[in-house]
Amino acid sequence: MMGLLGVARTLRERGVMGINERNAEFNLVYNERARYPLVDDKLLTKELATKAGAAVPRLYGVIEIQHQVETLAALLADYQDFVIKPARGSQGDGIVVVVGRSRNSYRLADGALMEQAELEFHVSNILSGIFSLGEQIDRAMIEYRVNFDPVFERITYRGVPDIRIIVFVGVPVMAMVRLPTRAAKGKANLHQGAIGSGVDIATGCTLTAVWRDQIVTEHPDTGNPVQGVQIPHWDRLLEIAAQSYELTGLGYLGIDIVLDRGLGPLILELNARPGLNIQIANRAGLRARLDAVLAHRARLVSIADRVAFARERFAAVA
Amino acid sequence: MSRRHLYVLSGLLAALGIAVFLFKVLVLGFPLQPQEKTLTWRVELRMQFEASGGPAKLRLNLPRSGNSLAVIDQNFVSPGYGLTMGAERSNQTAVFAIREAKGLQTMYYRALVHAVRFPDESAREPVPDLPPPRFEGAAQVAADALVRAARSQSADPETLAALLLKRLNNSAVDGEAGLLLGPNPSIGRVINVAADLLRVAGVPARPVHGVALEPERRGAQFVTWLELHDGRKWMSMLVSEKRPVLPKNTLRWWNGRQPLAVLSGGSGLTHTLAVSRSYEYALDSALDRGRALEQKLVEYSMFGLPVQTQSVYRSLLVIPVGIFLLVILRNVVGVKTFGTFMPVLIAIAFRQTQLLWGVLFFAIVIGVGLSVRFYMEQLKLLLVPRLAAVVVVVVLTLAAISILSQKLGFERGLSIGLFPIIILAMTIERMSIVWEERGALESVQQALGSLVVGALCYMVMKLALVEHLAFVFPELLLVLLAMILLLGRYSGYRLTELRRFRELAR
Repeated sequence: MMGLLGVARTLRERGVMGINERNAEFNLVYNERARYPLVDDKLLTKELATKAGAAVPRLYGVIEIQHQVETLAALLADYQDFVIKPARGSQGDGIVVVVGRSRNSYRLADGALMEQAELEFHVSNILSGIFSLGEQIDRAMIEYRVNFDPVFERITYRGVPDIRIIVFVGVPVMAMVRLPTRAAKGKANLHQGAIGSGVDIATGCTLTAVWRDQIVTEHPDTGNPVQGVQIPHWDRLLEIAAQSYELTGLGYLGIDIVLDRGLGPLILELNARPGLNIQIANRAGLRARLDAVLAHRARLVSIADRVAFARERFAAVA
Repeated sequence: MSRRHLYVLSGLLAALGIAVFLFKVLVLGFPLQPQEKTLTWRVELRMQFEASGGPAKLRLNLPRSGNSLAVIDQNFVSPGYGLTMGAERSNQTAVFAIREAKGLQTMYYRALVHAVRFPDESAREPVPDLPPPRFEGAAQVAADALVRAARSQSADPETLAALLLKRLNNSAVDGEAGLLLGPNPSIGRVINVAADLLRVAGVPARPVHGVALEPERRGAQFVTWLELHDGRKWMSMLVSEKRPVLPKNTLRWWNGRQPLAVLSGGSGLTHTLAVSRSYEYALDSALDRGRALEQKLVEYSMFGLPVQTQSVYRSLLVIPVGIFLLVILRNVVGVKTFGTFMPVLIAIAFRQTQLLWGVLFFAIVIGVGLSVRFYMEQLKLLLVPRLAAVVVVVVLTLAAISILSQKLGFERGLSIGLFPIIILAMTIERMSIVWEERGALESVQQALGSLVVGALCYMVMKLALVEHLAFVFPELLLVLLAMILLLGRYSGYRLTELRRFRELAR
């Protein structure tokens, strides 16, 4: 028992945040309930981001009601590759990434084949809301499949790596790159077994990674070191992140950005309840950084101010 | 901020709860511990009939002391009716009468029954005049033959009665017994005929009706048995061959062939009977002091409710305790479960099935449901029909388990019908999604988590002390509410997070 109390005390000293603390002190305080739909519904997020001039993956089409599922084949006819997502999905559930076609079937990111009927069934499931938060009925969105920047090629197993940045009242406080693994079936979701590599906010260089609550230094499938990869467009990424506060009005959120080979950074989605394993990836506590932001909140007005503050204060400790 | 508001509110709630609790314990003397051996029962009979508009009269037979049970208090609730007590033959009766009554009439009879240790005098009650019955024609011949045969093979009235009952029980193959009883005789009929035959043989005998006193019984049934006088005292005998002895705690109600109640001036008389263990005698002392406030408090407690409702609340009031445990397990320990309150619903179902069987049934239902769900994956059904199909399968599985266990002689299998069917079906659906998206391990882990949490809630809710405290001192739930409110702002680590973040504590 003493051991557990000791662990709790050390964690507290290092400013590590638990889920109760995140919910009680940040989500409930800084995130207005009415604004959740803006991030819970990816279609709304996309609309919002487009209006604000931020780049997002192009939307090919939306299936809203069961009857429309019949039109899926026609809608997809023009595209070789695409992604189907539940608009209100959580934790990456229900996302299908089609990378190409082979005869009448679709080839998926993990190499499996899916027939037209199976794909239609999947869309029906999305509409009935089994992947959505609170199991409300949902919409299926079909969008551009990101042709990802080769920067993470050596430390990715299939799938699309993305960059998650936690933003508190407009200040980017912590970041990580989420790298798909074989265990995650090519998905960039830590819950499903992807690894997350911490990122030095000051430089945009990767640090060590977290895999299933463990600190790792190499990608479990490719065996290459995850550390020391310079993320391109880092300035731009920090700006996009800082801007998301004005975009949504949510004080505490996570923003997921992908790097496209040709199009540069694209906002994939926003998350009002970002996970806490990012702390293990960065070997740093969130609470300590959030408190630093609160202490200087008054002078952190413009986006430039906030990015500068983050780069200065949240550099990785060597 | 809102913290202070919360602390003040929780403090007030807890203080109020504790104050009422202490008052009841210290001043009124309510018992803190459940009685180890409860010696008091409450019996409640509710009668309803449709009055036809004119005068109505209901003659009701009343229970009597005997078989080591004493009726110590009885009261009648019959608005507008005049009540007279009397005796008819060897039964106590109450007569409710009214000049004019129309519409549905409801009346209650309540009695308090104590188990007593002093010697039972009722067996020494004098033998009333019981004239031997008349049989006609063939029946006369059959009766004489039966009695003659039984008498030649028996030594005393007791063995005679046992022999007669044995033959009457075999009426399907026994020609003489069959002739007297007719096809498919009820227990009441067997006993009536047995009493007649004993009287033919010169042994005073009569049917007696009563009710078995059990700790918690809504919709209790009257049972009928045979009473015969062996020359010195009355003795009771049940029809059942396996256990002919009258069980302890059977309250004797009335004897003879007449029904429980006779109605004139109305129709459609029905009655329901409820029995429950009572904490009454500990409360008696509080009531005896006769102070108005205290009496009101008892009246406005759970004990003021009808017995049937009391037994509903007995299980209802422990649910918050289970919920509280769930809150701790989820927010302080960090156990993952399917659905927020699903484990508590499972715990409630376990109250009927008991833990071991409950877990087994749960595993079977989830297993069968999951296999069907995986098979249906191929059929590509839409969500709602698919869920509905799983519900049907779940119901059928429950029915099959009940039937099978009945055949195999496990009575536990019968209570499985109380499983939360819809919740189970939803759980199966969620499990299959998690199974596909996150793998079997995560899915089974969460199911086990739910099961373990359910089992823990059940074990806490089942504790006699918890049940007693929740029922006798419902105000303690205010204290529980205060603690839940405080937990709502608990922002410390969850136990599982200490493990999750252990790398950061190095």
